[in-house]
Amino acid sequence: MVKHVVTGAHYGLRDWLAQRVTAVVMAIYLLLLAAVLLVSPPHDHTAWKALFSEQWLRIASFLFFVSLCWHAWIGMRNILMDYVHATGTRLTLQVLVILSLLFYAVWSVDILWS
Amino acid sequence: MRFSIYRYDPDKDDKPYMQDYDIALEPSDRMLLDALVRIKSVDDSLSLRRSCREGVCGSDAMNINGRNGLACITPVAGLREPVELRPLPGLPVIRDLIVDMTQFFKQYHSIKPYLINNDPPPETERLQSPEERAELDGLYECILCACCTTACPSFWWNPDKFVGPAGLLQAYRFLADSRDQASAERLDNLEDPYRLFRCHSIMNCVDVCPKGLNPTSAIGKIKDMMVKRTV
Repeated sequence: MVKHVVTGAHYGLRDWLAQRVTAVVMAIYLLLLAAVLLVSPPHDHTAWKALFSEQWLRIASFLFFVSLCWHAWIGMRNILMDYVHATGTRLTLQVLVILSLLFYAVWSVDILWS
Repeated sequence: MRFSIYRYDPDKDDKPYMQDYDIALEPSDRMLLDALVRIKSVDDSLSLRRSCREGVCGSDAMNINGRNGLACITPVAGLREPVELRPLPGLPVIRDLIVDMTQFFKQYHSIKPYLINNDPPPETERLQSPEERAELDGLYECILCACCTTACPSFWWNPDKFVGPAGLLQAYRFLADSRDQASAERLDNLEDPYRLFRCHSIMNCVDVCPKGLNPTSAIGKIKDMMVKRTV
């Protein structure tokens, strides 16, 4: 097994750019949601249900959740790369992060379309 | 003037300790380095690097009251007492204020800090327009004192993989050079989650640079170049 440090994974830009793009998507969604809630604030459970039965808002919310998960994955991996130096532990933690984010993404679909 | 200085001699000491000095300075002792030379005349066991004593060679970089800087261009007048002096953080200590810069220079060499041009050398010189030359301002002035790189947490956590602000500033210095022909290879070399993208733009490097340079901006321009060639 080689002991010297090897770098050159030839990715980095993709994630860095994705982190910025997902941040913009989330910002636009939050502004949109704030506008909707300001224009017609739902006062009871039925009004909330009616609001989120709109297909466009469901799709927008789903896009938001996907962006959130993707953004969180890049951020979490950055933290793990900075602080967890044992490769096995880092890989295990990364897999756990991916699995939980996937779980949250599927759960958000369930919530939005149930 | 009171000083508290980090002392460590691996041959004699089990662990580092802080030693207090109370030294009467002469009116001519205006910079921190003058004070250190004064202290050394009393206690010659204190070890530090110094050379040009005017902020050009970058030898006497150290942590001064918690902030990296060059002793020779830091006026003693503004310093809070006791002045706490420590070696640059994040690098192995050889003795007292002297650190082992091997890792720092290894990263610097990894970005190929020289002009790569495969054209036959011209009769006189490789000319640049004044505008092309101006692109190098704010980049070529780096004296490699390591103040920035050793103030960077990303370098503390991954000194073997992250190039660090000084190395990346120099990487951009050659990317920005109109005479250099290796931009693609240089970008390939940095397209890596560790080598370049450990930078999270916290700008400690900009804050401490004794030459007033801006490595964060240079790193941003490297990322710009990558985006332009990819998107």
